Order: sequence, then structure tokens, then C-alpha cells
Amino acid sequence: MKETQNNIGAYLKLHWKTAVFLVVLLVGIGLADNFVDSYVRRLLNLCAIYVIVSLAMNLVNGFTGQFSLGQAGFMAIGAYTVAVFTVPIESRAAIFYLEPMAPFLANIQLPFIVALILGGLASVVAAFFIGSPCLRLRGDYLAIATLGFSEIIRIVFTNTQSITNGALGIKSIPTISSLWWTYGTALLIIIATVLLINSTYGRAFKSIREDEIAAEAMGVGLFKTKMTSFLIGAFFTGVGGGLFAALLGTVDPKQFYFTLTYNFLLIIVLGGMGSISGTIIASFVVTLGQEALRFLDEPMAFGLDLPIFRPGLRMVVFSFLLMVIVLFYRKGLMGTNELTWDFMALKYQSIKKKLGGKKTSNEGGGN
Amino acid sequence: MVVGMTMETFLQQLINGLSVGSLYALIAIGYTMVYGILRLINFAHGDIFMMAAYFTYFGIAVFVIPWYITFIITIGLTMLLGVTIERVAYRPLRDAPKTSLLISAIGVSFLLENVATYLFSGKPQAFPEFPLMTTPFFIGGLSFQPVSIVIPIVAFVLMSALLYIINKTKIGMAMRAVAVDYDTAKLMGIKINGVISSTFAIGSALAAVGAILWCMKYPSVLPLMGVVPGLKCFIAAVIGGIGNVKGAVLGGLILGFSEVLMVAFFPALTGYRDAIAFVILIIILLFLPNGLLGKKYMEKV
Amino acid sequence: MKKTLSVLLSLALVVTMAAGCSGGTTTSSEDSDVIKIGVFEPLTGANAAGGELEVEGVELANQLRPEVLGKKVELVIADNKSDKAEATTAAARLIEKDKVVAILGSWGSSLSIAAGDVVKTNQIPAVALSATNPQVTAGNDYYFRVCFLDPFQGTVMANYAYKNLNAKKVAIIQEVSNDYSVGLAKFFTDSFTKLTGDPSSIVATGNYNTGDQDFNGILTNIKAANPDVIFAPGNFTESALIIKQARALGITAPFIGGDTWETNEFITVGGADVEGAVMSTFFDDTNPLTEAGKTFVAEYKKAYPDRDNIAAVTALGYDGYMMTLDAIERAGSADPVAIRDALAATKDFEGATGMITIDENGDASKNEAIIKTVKNGIFTYMDSVTID
Repeated sequence: MKETQNNIGAYLKLHWKTAVFLVVLLVGIGLADNFVDSYVRRLLNLCAIYVIVSLAMNLVNGFTGQFSLGQAGFMAIGAYTVAVFTVPIESRAAIFYLEPMAPFLANIQLPFIVALILGGLASVVAAFFIGSPCLRLRGDYLAIATLGFSEIIRIVFTNTQSITNGALGIKSIPTISSLWWTYGTALLIIIATVLLINSTYGRAFKSIREDEIAAEAMGVGLFKTKMTSFLIGAFFTGVGGGLFAALLGTVDPKQFYFTLTYNFLLIIVLGGMGSISGTIIASFVVTLGQEALRFLDEPMAFGLDLPIFRPGLRMVVFSFLLMVIVLFYRKGLMGTNELTWDFMALKYQSIKKKLGGKKTSNEGGGN
Repeated sequence: MVVGMTMETFLQQLINGLSVGSLYALIAIGYTMVYGILRLINFAHGDIFMMAAYFTYFGIAVFVIPWYITFIITIGLTMLLGVTIERVAYRPLRDAPKTSLLISAIGVSFLLENVATYLFSGKPQAFPEFPLMTTPFFIGGLSFQPVSIVIPIVAFVLMSALLYIINKTKIGMAMRAVAVDYDTAKLMGIKINGVISSTFAIGSALAAVGAILWCMKYPSVLPLMGVVPGLKCFIAAVIGGIGNVKGAVLGGLILGFSEVLMVAFFPALTGYRDAIAFVILIIILLFLPNGLLGKKYMEKV
Repeated sequence: MKKTLSVLLSLALVVTMAAGCSGGTTTSSEDSDVIKIGVFEPLTGANAAGGELEVEGVELANQLRPEVLGKKVELVIADNKSDKAEATTAAARLIEKDKVVAILGSWGSSLSIAAGDVVKTNQIPAVALSATNPQVTAGNDYYFRVCFLDPFQGTVMANYAYKNLNAKKVAIIQEVSNDYSVGLAKFFTDSFTKLTGDPSSIVATGNYNTGDQDFNGILTNIKAANPDVIFAPGNFTESALIIKQARALGITAPFIGGDTWETNEFITVGGADVEGAVMSTFFDDTNPLTEAGKTFVAEYKKAYPDRDNIAAVTALGYDGYMMTLDAIERAGSADPVAIRDALAATKDFEGATGMITIDENGDASKNEAIIKTVKNGIFTYMDSVTID
């Protein structure tokens, strides 16, 4: 008993800054949960879901170097699992009014948390089937096969009316609005990812990213390792999809068009392929940025009637941004670095030096 | 599920499959050429195809340029677009990790789609009519649109011309050399940049021809019209064996026929039509990863 | 472990920042001489064309009647981007940030359904303009609508095919990825088989996805089944291409469909081949059913002198605004719950598209639909059908 106390004491001594921040974080979420209106709450929830899915994508694409574009499909699986299993039984007849729900499902209702985990597991099963043929092949086939897979999922969900209600989608899914669900899950997944990355598995992932042939020569089982990363990524994405369904309260196949995946691609490219903290920051920047850049779509931006401001400009800016990052800032915000205390101290020093040299003001300087 | 299909219906479905398949083939050639040389899935190829459709639409319907001049301008502009994309978005990344190149390709595709939506609006434009090509004639109970016969002929002629260029001309030899070994080709004094640019020019020209014929048959022009054909034609190229021009044509035809025959024999499954390409892709990847006509490809150390 | 926790730092920062920012959001809209009404429409994305037309109708109505209860009515237009995730955010923003007392829209039933939970929990009444899916108002006391429903439209077209076209065998082509099309096809099938008494009177069904361009496969199957009439509710571009390809295959059976066909693109893409295509719709500008309809047509022509015809959804936008203002006046206050009660009690309100009475589901009980056809490249009034 004494020993554990000592351990905790020593740990706290070493990581007091981190501990303080953790407390600030939890208090911050608590405050936000109580005091923000539902619009901001919805945005913050969306940010957390984007963190989850982007992190999962970065695990596969950034850390393991396998280019997967199946995020929309895995999210769809998670979202539909939650939708099908949590919709109140009494409202099902009204929702499935064109074609009744399949009898084997019609009377099953599960608690949200069970459905959420089930959604993640369903994604894992799908990932296993798509991964088995594709992970053995050259990287770029994986990209097209996973993209294709996410389209197949969408088409299947459109056509299986007695399970998914087809194009009509499912509504009246019990919603979550508390920030604890999304942020709690996001925290768990961040911690799990960090632990994973620093474990033997994580080193194997990175060795595959750096050089597949060398990794194999060093005794890393290529297929098994890639598959591990792919399945874990699919689980997280499925959970993210489930939260997404519960946030919106309604799902239909059109939400999971493959361009949804491009959002996450932009996030991991912006944050840095292979950086956890970069992904988190970028998730917030992109989600809130999309909201902030709304004025680009409005013809009367700045009170001037400029013809260039009209619907569609925002997406042009976004895709242009993606190109600029890929071409000129290939490493993104963080590269493969993490935002640790040491990293910040180092940056702080270099900025101070710069400021000392030239009297120019330079805020932030995160990259 | 076969509901007493008559011979006539079956033949009509084969005609349908031939024209769709030949269109796929034309677009697939562009994919296969770029992949053969750069080992890059040119995600933007479908959107280059879309832009070609808009060029033609604007030429004929908006600027009222005679169609034959418009076709030439379209092919020229599309080649220019393809070469520019390579120059701006792919060349700077030639020595970067493969992933960056792939992301850049996706980025270009996304950018073209969004720019087209912004400039031309999301509403469909009506492609000008070519009555000579679309007025059907009937033999027995079978309907033929002239365009459906022209498409396979054009595809075959262009494929033969391309094979001639690749096998018999100097630039073709250079292309083959770059495809086999990029670095050695460079050492042998081949002007890599020129070869890659001509590859993009030829691929884009084929996409432009494909777009013109496509729009004659399906006369509506939309910003996202290139997405699904783009994905399907890449799959066609993989089925045939990527890097192989004959393979791309074969793959395109196989895909076209499978789609139409699935609709013919399993009418209840018509909603799944777009999924079949991906199902074929996964089967091919499982059993014949190098495609039907592809060569064994070794990852370079 | 060090990394583990320090990574959380970034998250902490942003959350606290966001929480901080949100404290300062607008609270000033309680000022008493303005009543804000939200217009919730797709202005970008796939449904943009429909959204624009509805906004036109709402804005026209706002110009005609800019005040209620002595207060100025301000429209707050929010783009839901034809996307459900955006739709819920946009609706939440209208309610939370802009403090609107009622919402009009959206084009596209699924977008309205997505906003349903938001308006219900926040107790802000919403009026759907052209969303015909029964799910929009089902189980939601705060959603109303001014148009008729899918079942009604399906029934109208089934009756038209059976009685006016003497059809005994019908083929259906539905857009499986479109809830509207699937719904219409289902209700058409139900009432048509009831009329003929023969469950096999639907001789063929073809499915396609939004954005498809090649329909020769399904049309060849349909040709073999030799139907008297083809019912093809769905998006206008795809429908126009379907009719074109059907004619090229030598199919001569008439095509009938729903209100989504009534767009200029249907005619420009379809050209001569869509001549004679028949559809049901809500409104006809050459033949308004009510006095309010005549006023609307006159005002619209004044505002947009260069337009050939008026879209039905524009008339519905006009009706939605006018009905909401009528409810605010009857409620005597701008309190959202009072407005809701007044909307629910709407009886014989004279709209441009006909007399509107809100039933117990929150739907407009209308029993009259307009039948139009394409004649010389123009949508032309043919008939009006009343179903009891």
C-alpha cells in the first residue's frame, strides 16, 4: 500500500504539469457541459467525434503507412448499428412505414453503450473481410479497395430496406447531448492510441511505415501487424460513427457518401501524418473552421455585394487548402512530433531567441 | 430470377453492354498509362473527364462554335489541363513519399469538383443534341443508336493507334523504358519530364474523346459526373492488368457487360448495379492481383 | 506515459477556449420590435435549386407582408447544405444564436426530418414547405406542413394512370437512394393494385441510384414486359435521361411522375423526348385555385418579369410564410409555443396553393392535385384531380 502511494507521489512529481492540465481539461468540459448553448455544444460534440475518427485514420494511414479511405463506410456501420438497436420499439412501426422491420430485429433494443460497442465490433468484422485480400497487396490498391468498400456499404444500406429502412433513413434515435459521452470516449481513445503507439505494436507499425521490406527482414509479421492496426482503426471509426448517429438523432445512407472521408483526410494531413496531438488540434481547427468560414458562401459577406462570394466558395477554399498543405507544408502542423512539455519548452526557447534577435512579434509558432 | 427472357431482349442487353463497356475502356486507358509510368492512381482522371464535358458544352451551347472545332478545342484544353495538373500537383512530389502523391491526386480531384460546382453550379446542363448520332434505327425488334456503334469503333481505333505509338515510335519506347525502370531510364538520357507530360497529354486526350462520346449518349453535364465513371474505370484497368493498354480495354468491356448482364438476369438487384464493379475488384485482387493481362510486379527495394 | 497525458493538454486548451468563447454569444435579440423567422433551406449542395425557389417564395411573401402585431418580421436564412449533419447544426444555430420564433423549410424531407428533433426539444414551431414525406410531421407536435403528402400524390397518379390512361399494366422505375421516390412508388403500387384488383398489374420494377446515367439495362427489361404506362418518380435529371433512353430503345408507353419533374432542367435535358410526360404538382400559375393564388401570381410576375413559369415550391414558400404570420396574429404574441398552438388550429386558411386546414398530424389536409404535362417545351395545365 505504502509503495503504491510512493509510486503515485513520484509520478505526480514527475508529471505535475500534465496532472494539472488533466484537471483543467475535466473542469473545462464540465463547465462547457453546463453553460454553453445547444449550438456550441453540438459543434463541440462534432469536434470530439472528428477527433475519434481522424485519430483512427491516422493510426492506419499515418502511423502504419497503409492508405485506407474507408472511413465513411466504417462510420456508416457503427452509426447504423446504434440506430437499429437503440430506436424505441414503439416508434419503429412509424419509421419503417414502407416496409416493416425484419422480425428478427424488430423487438431487440439495447442500451446505448452496448450498441455503441457492438457498432465498433461490426466495423471490425467488416474490416477483417476487406483487409484480408487487400492488406497483402501494394498500398495504393488498398486505397481504391477501401474507397470501393465504403461505397458498397452505402449501396447495401440503401437497398436493405427491412433492416436499414433504405433511403428513408432512421429517425428518432435517442440523442446524446452531454459532452461527456463524446469527450469521454475521445479521451479513452486518445489514451489507448498513445499507449498502443508506444508499445511493441506501435514500433512495429512505424517500422512498416518507414520501410516494409526492412521491417519484414527484422521479423515484423507484415500482414498480421497491418491487420492489427486496420482492425483497431475500424473499431474506433465504428464507435465514432455510432456517436455521430446519436448526436444527429437520424441516419440515412447519403450522409456516408465517400466525400465524408475527405474531411478526415484533410484533418490528418493538416495535423501531420503520424502525430496524435496534431490530429487533435487539426480536428478542432477544421470543424470550427468550416463553421467560421461560412461567410464565404454568403453573397453579402462584409456587407459588400461581391460576386465572388456565393455558395460553393467555402468548399473551393477547403480543397485548395488541402492542396497547399500537401504541396508546400507536407509535414502539416506537427509532422510526426507530439506536443509534449519538452517540445513546447524547446519551441519556446527558439521563439525567445528569435525575438531576442529581431524585435518582431511572433505568436504561437506551433509549427 | 430470369423471367423468360427472349433472345431479342438478351441481344439488346449485349448491345447496351458493348457501348457502356467501350466508354469505360476509353477512360480506363488513361488510368493505366499514368499508373504504368508513375505508379500513381490519378484520382483526378474522372474529373478531367468531367471538365472535358464542360468544355464541349460551353463550346457548342454557350459560345456557339461549330462542333468539329469545339471537339478539337476540347481535346486541346483537356490535354493542357492534364499536363498542367501533372506539372503543378504531381511533379513537385515525385521524390516525396507515395502517400503524399496519392493525397495530392485526391486533392486535385476534390478541387476540380468543387471549382466546377462553384463556377458552373450544381445544376445539370443539357449537352447539345446530335440527332445524327442519337436517332435510333431498328433491325427486327432491336434498337441501335448510331453513337452506340461509333463508340466501340472509336475505342478500337484509338487503342490501335496508341499501341502503335507505344510499340513503334521513339516516344513510345521512352515510355516503356520509364515504366520498366524509372532511374535507369533517367541514366540512359531519357527526358523523363517530357515522357511523363506526353503520357498525361495522351491519357487526357482519351478522356476528352470519352467525355464527348459519353455526353452524346447521356446528354447531361454535372460537376460530379466524373466520380463514378472514374472509380469504375480505374477498376476496369485493374481487372485487365494495370499498366497494360489492351488489358484496360478488356477490363472496360468486362465491366460493361457484367453490369448490364446483372441487370438483365437479376432485375431485383438493379439497385446494386454500382456495387458490382467493386465486388469484381475485390475478387480480382484476391485471386489475380496482377489482373488478366498484367505482368508480375515486384516491389522495388 | 509522459506523452499520453501531455497530449491531453491540447484538448484541454481548446475545450476551455471554446467554453470561454461561447459565454459571449448574442443575447440581444430579445428586443421587442422585431420578430425573427428562420428560413432553413439547402442553398448549396445537391438540393440547392429547390432551396433557392422556396426562398424566393418566402421573400416575396415577406415583402408583401413585412409586419405582424405591429412588429417588423425579419427573415434569417440558414443554409443546411443539403447535408443532414449541417442541417441539425443550422437549425440549432437559428434557434440558439438567432433566437427565431418559427422556422420555415426545408426542401428535401430528410433534411426536415433531421431538424425535427432540434425543433421539438427547443419547442420552436417549424413549417415544412414542400417536404412530402409523412415522417416529417409524424410524432412531432412542432412540425407542420403546407403541401400534400407522398401517399396522396401516389394515389393521384395511380388514379390518373388507371382512369385517364386506361392502364392495366404499369412498370415502375424508382430512385432507391431517394426517400421521396421510394415512398411515391410504394403508395402508387398500393393504390394501383387496389384499383385493378390484380397484384401482378405492376409488371416490372427497376431501381437506380442518384447520379446514374445509363438506364438501358433496366429499360430493356421493361420493354420486354410491355407496360401500358411507366411511373418513374425521381430526380429530374435522371428522369429526363430515362425517358430519352426509353424512346431510343423504341418504348412508346407514356411516362408519368411526381412534382420533382417540374424544373426547367427536365425539359432542357429531355428535349423533344419528354413531350407528353405527365406529372402531379401543387400549383399552376395559369390557373390559380384561390384569390390568394391570383395575388401571388401577379406579385411574382412583378418581381420576376423575365421568368416563364412559377415553380410550385415557390408558391408553397409563399403559403408557409403567410400561414405562419396568420398564426402569429391569431396567437397575439410571438411566443413560440403560442404560435405552435395557433398553427395547429389553422382552419380554412386561404393559401396560394389552395385552402389549408391543419389536421391532427400537423399536415395540410388537401384533396386536390394539379396534373400537368409537357407541351411544346412548357409545363402545361391539364387537369386537376380531387381524391377523397
